[in-house]
Amino acid sequence: MPTLNDYLVLSAILFAIGTAGVFVRRNLITILLSIEIMLNAVNLSFVAFGRSFGTADGQIIVFFVMTVAAAEAAVGLAIVISLFRHRESLNPDTFTSLKW
Amino acid sequence: MTPLLIAQIGLTLFVFFMLLNSAAIMVYVERKVAAFLQQRLGPYLVGPKGLLQPLADVIKLMFKEELRPKAADWFLFALAPIISASCAFAAFAVVPFGAETTFFGLLSEPIKLQVADVNVAVLVIFAIASMSVYGIVLAGWSSNSKYSLLGGLRSSAQMISYELSYGTALASVLVVGNSLSLTDIVNGQSGYWFHVIPRWFIFLQPLGFLIYLTAGVAETNRAPFDFPEAEQELVAGYHTEYSSMSFAMFFLAEYINMVTVSAVATDLFLGGWHGPLLPESLGWIWFLIKVGALLFFYVWMRWTLPRYRYDQLMTFGWKILLPLAVVNLLATAAGVLYFGV
Amino acid sequence: MTLFYLFGAVAVIASLLVIAQRNPIYSVLLLIASFGALSGLYVLLDAPFVAVTQIIVYAGAIMVLFLFVVMLLNAPHEETEHDEKIHPLRRPGAMRFGAVLAAALVVELLWALTRSSGEPGAFGATAVSSVRELGRVLFTEYAFPFEVTSVLILVAMVGAVVLAKRDPRAHT
Repeated sequence: MPTLNDYLVLSAILFAIGTAGVFVRRNLITILLSIEIMLNAVNLSFVAFGRSFGTADGQIIVFFVMTVAAAEAAVGLAIVISLFRHRESLNPDTFTSLKW
Repeated sequence: MTPLLIAQIGLTLFVFFMLLNSAAIMVYVERKVAAFLQQRLGPYLVGPKGLLQPLADVIKLMFKEELRPKAADWFLFALAPIISASCAFAAFAVVPFGAETTFFGLLSEPIKLQVADVNVAVLVIFAIASMSVYGIVLAGWSSNSKYSLLGGLRSSAQMISYELSYGTALASVLVVGNSLSLTDIVNGQSGYWFHVIPRWFIFLQPLGFLIYLTAGVAETNRAPFDFPEAEQELVAGYHTEYSSMSFAMFFLAEYINMVTVSAVATDLFLGGWHGPLLPESLGWIWFLIKVGALLFFYVWMRWTLPRYRYDQLMTFGWKILLPLAVVNLLATAAGVLYFGV
Repeated sequence: MTLFYLFGAVAVIASLLVIAQRNPIYSVLLLIASFGALSGLYVLLDAPFVAVTQIIVYAGAIMVLFLFVVMLLNAPHEETEHDEKIHPLRRPGAMRFGAVLAAALVVELLWALTRSSGEPGAFGATAVSSVRELGRVLFTEYAFPFEVTSVLILVAMVGAVVLAKRDPRAHT
């Protein structure tokens, strides 16, 4: 039977993959996808802890995290669309006009 | 291999087989009913009264050449009909179509006539319906043609817009039915009021039933909401570039989605397998009759009503159907609180 | 246990491929596969409602949004000259730093999680899996965050529409 530690280890691995994606990829949409991976890893650990304590709180918080992730994905993608209209590129390195 | 396991596997295969059959029957029924509505005969040459016409259609489709546009993304092009068909079949896995039965005493304990009885069955159907959007949007994208892309995007935008009203209508039935499990909801509709009127939820939720059916018709991309795949508009939309068996998979998916929407509507609103004059163990006959009536209604609507234009369709979905569904939910919740049903 | 390993392996491999793929559409589809595996893990954790909600919200709505944006923008592949030849851990600058940081993160997390003494934390017998109980807790103890979340969604909707709108004065 999988223990709590197994789920936490899996969650940690997924979180690290998401972090690596945010740093390594040079495509705005893939960066947003990596953020979704990180949020999902956190969801997994919430549900695992909720199961371990036997309460409903873990699942409720996951409900809220999903809602916030949906809102953030919508606004993030709207920003990506308006950025794309300016520079015709999805590479974050092209948006450097504020760099000094 | 206990008898129970064999019965379960047999039931799963039986449901799969019957869904395939239902698609074939729907092909024939659609053409015959359309013909009679248009005062002509329809298929009558192949087999007695044209009953073997679906078989002829399948054989024709199998022998057609499987075309693939050169610039198409071949993996997604092959994946899209698979997703459509799989989601259509999977959604029926949680729909119960009869009472518990022991198959005339062959089994030691009764099994439900349902492939999987999950206690969140209504949500599972909703989840799989939202997954079937991917088949269409990937079909539109991977064909790499303007008509397909536009048709695919429009069709999937329509589907996700009507999912909201679909879900809200489902929520109002859940408030009345007090459970997420389809078996429990059907069992809550047994019995009669005043010994005459059956306790079906359609009498408690008439507006919910209409909203559910309308959203269901829009979800399955059938007329009058079939703008994205209409022949006169976008050269068949997202399945323009498909031929032979891939095309057949899309049509299979469409008919099976119709059957699923009708079956879920029967379970939620029309009392499932409960009906007069027949014992509980033969309830599946009533189920078939009710689903058949809803499917006839589907076909009748297609060949009677004119098509909505795309902006009219989206306006209707967002500005009329969704507020109506929300008001229905609020009224239902208020009613349940007040009357204590 | 084998189901846990199966779903876990699918989730990890799909996530790795998401960040390794160059075509954004394949990334989105692989992420959907990862979400499906996570949904299976939630079912193993006696949380069927969360599992189905994950499919409805994440795989069925958010990913459709991502797919629409990728298709409408006709998102090009990354064209930097680094992509073809050099492994991410050897690319210069931020990429190398980021990859090393992520590797350090995973090592540190695994170390912290596996050195705890005491019982390995097997799950108790009680689990809240009924939707009725979840609904009761959600609407009584967590009623205020629920209302705040609905305002958040409203704000996000308005914000997304405003941000993605074309400027009516421009001619594009």
